[in-house]
Amino acid sequence: MSKRGQTLRIVIADDEAPARSRIRDLLEDCAASLALEVVGEAPNGCALVEMLQHTQADVVLLDIRMPEMDGIEAAQHMQKLADAPLVIFTTAYDVYAVKAFELHAVDYLVKPIRLRRLYDALARVRSITPLSLDVLQQLAPEARRHLSVQERGRLLLVPVDRVLFMRAELKYVTIRTVEREHLLEESLTRLEQEFRERFVRVHRSYLVSRDYIESFERGADGGGESGWVVKLRGLEERLPVSRRQQHVMREFGRL
Amino acid sequence: MKSINQNVHQDALPDFGNLGVILRIVLIVLALSGFLALAQAGNWGAFLPLFLEVSAPVQPVLVLSILALSGLSRWLRRLDYRTGILVVVLIELLIVTVIHRAGEQFFGGDPYGQLERYWLFTLAAAALILYYFHLRNRALSPALTEARLQALQARIRPHFLFNSINAVLSLIRQAPKRAETALEDMAELFRVLMADNRVLSTLAREVELTQQYLNLEQLRLGERLRVEWHTENMPGETLIPPLVLQPLVENAVYHGIEPCSETGVISINVYKARDEVHLVLRNPYRKDGNHHAGNKMALGNIRERLALHFDAEASLKSSLTDDAYQVHIVIPYRTEAR
Repeated sequence: MSKRGQTLRIVIADDEAPARSRIRDLLEDCAASLALEVVGEAPNGCALVEMLQHTQADVVLLDIRMPEMDGIEAAQHMQKLADAPLVIFTTAYDVYAVKAFELHAVDYLVKPIRLRRLYDALARVRSITPLSLDVLQQLAPEARRHLSVQERGRLLLVPVDRVLFMRAELKYVTIRTVEREHLLEESLTRLEQEFRERFVRVHRSYLVSRDYIESFERGADGGGESGWVVKLRGLEERLPVSRRQQHVMREFGRL
Repeated sequence: MKSINQNVHQDALPDFGNLGVILRIVLIVLALSGFLALAQAGNWGAFLPLFLEVSAPVQPVLVLSILALSGLSRWLRRLDYRTGILVVVLIELLIVTVIHRAGEQFFGGDPYGQLERYWLFTLAAAALILYYFHLRNRALSPALTEARLQALQARIRPHFLFNSINAVLSLIRQAPKRAETALEDMAELFRVLMADNRVLSTLAREVELTQQYLNLEQLRLGERLRVEWHTENMPGETLIPPLVLQPLVENAVYHGIEPCSETGVISINVYKARDEVHLVLRNPYRKDGNHHAGNKMALGNIRERLALHFDAEASLKSSLTDDAYQVHIVIPYRTEAR
């Protein structure tokens, strides 16, 4: 973050062009008495996270309802960036989100945004505490659509619907997409809770995507203690099904 | 005076030309004949022949009555309620007498028994049916008021209102002319939303309103929203309850266009086939959007209002394929309120 007294670098994220242009107008009005500059605009969460990899910003004015990736999910991924900007959410009408913001003292502005409110929010922005991941996860009404992994100093967004399975390792989780593997610094238990609609636990250390399950087979010896393995679409490797999770197969019409 | 009378209940004869009304009359008469046969029959085996025997003189009376009443429906409804009832009962007695005489001619003698008995049966059946429709009218009238309230409630999402105001605000500095048009569209939209929506409007008006609504959405969504209108064969003069198409298109934008970054197409096809008017609305649909509750409520509301106005003659069907959502509405072609 830039130091006190320096120009405030702002990014506007909103899927509607007129909404972005309105905020730009208002920021110009603020610029008379507040040193600021707009360093970027993004039409959705994915584009925002991508932009922040190479654009330094102090504040993001972040719309909640956007296609591809909503504002709350984008804020979660942004936490992993080295110099994460502060977030002020914007929303036109979202009773649920506004209630949650009040509860967790998260900064937000309702659209149409008033010049005065925007000015006040920006004037005290340097004193606001960054959002914690915990709070953001509580704000999120539904599971993320992407997972973010750090690779070679970059933040990579992996769409959840491309993930075949997740495997718990000692301190992290390996996720396997159609193409390759990534390392994720999250816990398998948390992932299981968040993605229980899409992923099912077949083994102490494996979550597999329901969409990719092709069949269950009797494994020779790779089948763990239950003797069963699961075959995933597009994957040679068979994954073990543990005795405790054998009941999962019933859901898919086996046993 | 008008404002005082607004909530006073109006008794009226049913619209005998309506398919739903006809169906109800047929079912009631059949049920009555059935009960009569059942009461006479000593056991189940004797029921069917007795039912046929009872029905034999009833059927021609029923057919003639329906033809006569549906033909005279419009004229009947113009009469004062009491006069109307009297006329209907007289018509029925006349028909029964004619059929009875015809029976005597054809079969000779007095095959059906005394005419006075039939008059009595006819009076009882007519009283029962008219009383049923009277009660139904009573029961539905608050619903009609309710339907109007629902039309007000299930209207425009606040989400749309605030986003649109925001879009207009953004235009004021850069394109004041477009801001003016947008505000005019918005005023028009809210005028209809706040009007008395119990009376039927024309299809042309509803389509115009929907276009004004879409102009506002276009402002916000730009090239993400594309609309294809197929209204070349639209019978603009046909009557339709207000706010049937607009809320559906609003749903299409909310569920089909907003969750996508790419361009999405909403297609609206309005045409007339024989005596029916079809409205077919299609929009792209993305599986992981989860805002279904709101959509179901809007559909339920529209279905209910169509039923209140057209009974069984209107229908609303929605279907979902892999990547598209379709709503198909059929209403009768009518140019004057019955």
